[in-house]
Amino acid sequence: MHVPDGFLDAPTSVATGVLAAGTVALALRRAREELDERTAPLAGLTAAFVFAVQMMNFPVGAGTSGHLIGGTLTAVLVGPWTAVLCMTVVLLVQAVLFADGGLTALGTNVTLMALVAVGVGYGLFRLLVAVLPRTRTGLLVAAGVGAFASVPVAALAFVALFAAGGVADIPVGTVAATMGGIHVLIGLGEAAITVVVLGAVLAARPDLVHGAAHLRSADTLLRRPEVLTPRGPAQR
Amino acid sequence: MTSRRRTTGFLLVGLVVALVVAGIGSYYASSSPDGLEWSAEKEGFLDTAEDSATADSPLADYAVSGVDDGRLSGGLAGVIGVAVTLVLAGGITLLVRRRSSAGDDSAGNDVDSAQDADDAEARPVPRA
Repeated sequence: MHVPDGFLDAPTSVATGVLAAGTVALALRRAREELDERTAPLAGLTAAFVFAVQMMNFPVGAGTSGHLIGGTLTAVLVGPWTAVLCMTVVLLVQAVLFADGGLTALGTNVTLMALVAVGVGYGLFRLLVAVLPRTRTGLLVAAGVGAFASVPVAALAFVALFAAGGVADIPVGTVAATMGGIHVLIGLGEAAITVVVLGAVLAARPDLVHGAAHLRSADTLLRRPEVLTPRGPAQR
Repeated sequence: MTSRRRTTGFLLVGLVVALVVAGIGSYYASSSPDGLEWSAEKEGFLDTAEDSATADSPLADYAVSGVDDGRLSGGLAGVIGVAVTLVLAGGITLLVRRRSSAGDDSAGNDVDSAQDADDAEARPVPRA
């Protein structure tokens, strides 16, 4: 999904650059509420982990591959504003050191993967968490669906930018069908990786997961009767 | 103290996983074009891509220039990337985070909170 230099014209790249800079500036202020002594190191590690897993391209059909974006995973682990910062650092390192994603396209890539993917994935996660059962399974389903949807939506966001300022003169409808179709498949991989990693962290340290705060409050409510009746029904 | 030690252990395990994925696993990643590149090729706008200004970076395309062995070159690039990302993202989040001088709302006990307060006072960075 890393957009190279040249796909989009200068005005579009400037516009996404301004949007990306504004988003990061806002995230620097808002992430403060999500980060404390315990979660700040986890946020750094999550960014490094996303960088690593983004190197693992998995095959998608014949002759195509995809890799994790990680916006939803990061947002559920450390909070959405912190996720914007983490994803931006990953994209910055990739563009500057590894020539992965263009430099003039950095604002575009931050917009697609740090803003759209995080916003859509985490937004859907919160919506689903509100209606699904307050269990670990409910949380994982919500994160999986959010992660899945974030990929084709980010792909279609690129198509919208391409429609506005694509350098090549190509019918947008066919680009949308091609981009959307392949990224639905890649989204399945995004969902699978997100659920596996989140499940592992929830099993080891549920207390560190930002998006699991509602499970913790439910836990304490459940634990009280258990103290009174130690042999009561086992808590899941 | 034990909860803090447990967290450190958890973070170290996570770091090792990231290093193994980037340093060893990445060699086995698919080298097929990704979804965007494939779409651009299919729709006929891949040739509008331009080389990045960093295309001559010694780490361009996840390979260390001068290291001929593909496995070593890619693995080394991955490890460097993980380290740089960790330092940058960890540094930013540490700067942005709240200082827990007023007390830790986590599972920490009073001794931990007192130490946190001491830590915060010892730091030269003023509260923003």
